[in-house]
Amino acid sequence: MFKRSELDKRPQVQIFVDGVAVAARQGDTVSAALLASGRDARRSTAVSGAPRLPYCMMGVCFDCLVTIDGVGNRQGCLVPVAEGMQIEIQMGKREIGK
Amino acid sequence: MTVAPKREDYDVVVIGAGPAGLAAAATSAEAGLSTLLLDENIGPGGQVFRAISSTPVTDRNKLGADYWVGADLVQSLRASNAEVIHRATVWSLDRNLDIAVSIGGASAFVKAKRVILATGALERPFPIPGWTLPGVMTAGAAQTMLKSSALVPDGRTVIAGQGPLLWLLAAQILRLGGRIDRILDTTERGNYVAALPHAFAFLTSPYFAKGLSMMREVKAKVQIVSGVTELAASGDGQLASVSYVAGGKRETISADLLLLHQGVVPNVNLAMSAGIEHRWDDLQLCWSPMLDANGASSVTGIAVAGDGAGIGGANAAAVRGRIAARAAVEALAPASAARLPAMATLRADLAKAERGRVFLDTLFRPAPQFRIPSGDTIVCRCEEVTAKDVLDSVAIGATGPNQLKAYRRTGMGPCQGRLCGLTVTELMAQARGKSPQEIGYYRLRAPVKPITLAELAAVPKSEADVKAVVRG
Repeated sequence: MFKRSELDKRPQVQIFVDGVAVAARQGDTVSAALLASGRDARRSTAVSGAPRLPYCMMGVCFDCLVTIDGVGNRQGCLVPVAEGMQIEIQMGKREIGK
Repeated sequence: MTVAPKREDYDVVVIGAGPAGLAAAATSAEAGLSTLLLDENIGPGGQVFRAISSTPVTDRNKLGADYWVGADLVQSLRASNAEVIHRATVWSLDRNLDIAVSIGGASAFVKAKRVILATGALERPFPIPGWTLPGVMTAGAAQTMLKSSALVPDGRTVIAGQGPLLWLLAAQILRLGGRIDRILDTTERGNYVAALPHAFAFLTSPYFAKGLSMMREVKAKVQIVSGVTELAASGDGQLASVSYVAGGKRETISADLLLLHQGVVPNVNLAMSAGIEHRWDDLQLCWSPMLDANGASSVTGIAVAGDGAGIGGANAAAVRGRIAARAAVEALAPASAARLPAMATLRADLAKAERGRVFLDTLFRPAPQFRIPSGDTIVCRCEEVTAKDVLDSVAIGATGPNQLKAYRRTGMGPCQGRLCGLTVTELMAQARGKSPQEIGYYRLRAPVKPITLAELAAVPKSEADVKAVVRG
């Protein structure tokens, strides 16, 4: 869906998506890194289980909700990637304490 | 890294670091007022100057001169003594000018003598069939990724909608080697006639020549379909095709990515939750705060600047920021106001920056069928409520957006109405034969962005606070 422009010379940052190593770039948001990865990063909604991907990328739509380092329902479009960050794609509702 | 505000009290707290907020904070700090700028994003710039300090797209021709104006605003801010905190989400602002802000998972509280809200705009909802499918995004989303991560579309890509941003985005994608298969222009034919009386002001504004050359740049490389009157996305769990009607003829094309845009509207959540009066703007088709010439709102001490005050574009936003900040300086430290540009100068700057706006608003007024959906088209993305659900609720007695919450939970999901509020207002107004002003909007309350219960529970509290809610 998206590719990285050759103009992008930023250093790589390694994150883990559902346990799998993914190369991101320094300064990427979690959502941008997921969309750039080519992986299936669709979450499913809490209401009907419908698949979704980020819609607005600016912090208003909440379709980028993702679990980051164990904390659920984070807005992936507002969080920058960090080395070793653990991302989990959210399926359905959150559980208490997660 | 978690950095809490250095003080508990400030002369001026500015919320949002787009053009208005950057200019306001720099102006206020230059005049010697203690100034705090709180911003939700990773770096300064807001949306229009997104990633201005960190973009990998450093060749200035690619994003264009209008983008790099943002670098000067950031430089002025950095040269001032303003305290700036990014990744800071303001979740409460009240009439006493008490502000609650979430930074790194913990909340801090600050009090201001003056608050300048510069929360900007968001893209108008574009509720067409299939707009929740993965692969359907806003044009602004693609532009955000392009500016901050140099990401460009590379699958079969369709851009649909209208307005200046759409053409700017298309030009930027092409300059960075991205792919666009087709642009579907939804501008209503009648709008060209309606906009004509306002054309002179636009023709003599700087936007005209720039807009024209950008459209030429895009049209040389991409197939443009104008007069699009119907639009739908479809696919099984993922966008597969886009179908549209233009000139009475239906066509369906395969697509991996559909980027939608029909203008921007004020981001009203924080302002409304603070109790600021808003009114329905019949030209811009959105809610705008009621403000005086300095941006002062109906709540004493709170001003609104930038696109949150009504859409005016980046240049107007920066000037409105300076006006609101100068007014704060005049009130709190009148002797220092002499250091700043005169109010008359700023007002002349604003008039110049707003030149041609009525033309743009009239020409790019979105068509009713793209604002007011029907049938199974989703209105509320969070709670997955359709247009039919809303109309059925009206039929059994729901009178406005707030009653509708009890019927359908519209606006009660995590986005708090940001992606459905305007649609719900217009849809209910049409169904009940009322004006949007009469129908009203969601009553917004803190927290205006979700925070965890753990964060709320960790907020410092006095013994009296605890006694007030604990029994026995």
